[in-house]
Amino acid sequence: MRIAVITLPGSNCDQDCHRSVEAAGATAVPVWHREMSLGGADAVIVPGGFAHGDYLRPGAIARFSPIMTPVVEFARSGGLVVGICNGFQILCEAGLLPGALLRNRSLRFQSHDCALRVERSDTPFTSRYREGQVIWMPLAHADGNYYADPGTLEELECEGRVVFRYSDAEGESTEEANPNGSLNGIAGIVNEGGNVLGLMPHPDRAIDLALGWQDGLPLFESLVDSVRQRAPAPVAVAEGRALAGTAR
Amino acid sequence: MSRFRVEVLVTPRPGLLDPEGGAIHHALASLGYDEVAEVRVGKAIYLEVAADSAAAAAARVEESCRKLLANPVTEDFAVTVRGEA
Repeated sequence: MRIAVITLPGSNCDQDCHRSVEAAGATAVPVWHREMSLGGADAVIVPGGFAHGDYLRPGAIARFSPIMTPVVEFARSGGLVVGICNGFQILCEAGLLPGALLRNRSLRFQSHDCALRVERSDTPFTSRYREGQVIWMPLAHADGNYYADPGTLEELECEGRVVFRYSDAEGESTEEANPNGSLNGIAGIVNEGGNVLGLMPHPDRAIDLALGWQDGLPLFESLVDSVRQRAPAPVAVAEGRALAGTAR
Repeated sequence: MSRFRVEVLVTPRPGLLDPEGGAIHHALASLGYDEVAEVRVGKAIYLEVAADSAAAAAARVEESCRKLLANPVTEDFAVTVRGEA
């Protein structure tokens, strides 16, 4: 299984994502932003950083990088796409996710660990978590203040598309636990089809206890599980052989 | 074809939280400018555009605002042609 990790000029978490994918048991394929193809990858990660210097707005220029054409096509055809931090901002600018990430309410670059409550464990990205589970990982951003117009926000909440919410250690989504002013404490959402995830905190920086946390690893493992489940059934099925339990 | 100086003002949508405007408002108040009721911060982008007419230059820049220069979710924009370059 091959998972594409996009590198844009200014990406600085592509190596973290690369290691995360490999730690979850898949092959990470680096893809430079000037490429016009994903090379048949099974899933795509748009990593964090400051693509194109964050000039104009974070993600505003990155969304027009050549590689974004096949990424948008892949997402629109149901492919699994994850955007982390700057990757989340880019997916919003590209119109794959609703809303926008505004300057933090504090006007400061926030860089610290945060607790998240897992709101959904039935997405292709969170099956290895429990609903309501509190997980920890670092965040590092200046523009993570999630905003959407009231109608869109209500849609996200009613359709259960908020996947991660900033919380305290007990899983309560309080004002104090909200690091950036995001509406409803939103840290991560999925698109209407449930196949595109964006989140501001860094699961890719939380895959090894040597770095403090490994609560991010299940996200990549969930993604790998989902790609496996989506893979076409082996030819032998057509021959009527029972393949239940066969390892792939 | 002439070259026109075009000014683009990109501003946060009304009602959108603008923490930078809030911080400047606070600084103005502490300097005694109590009469300032609200501060909103946007950005100005200056372009020189080759076009057949001022209207054509404005139309082209407005199109670029919808695609790139402004985020329709959070920002409004205003395009003004300031004359020939």
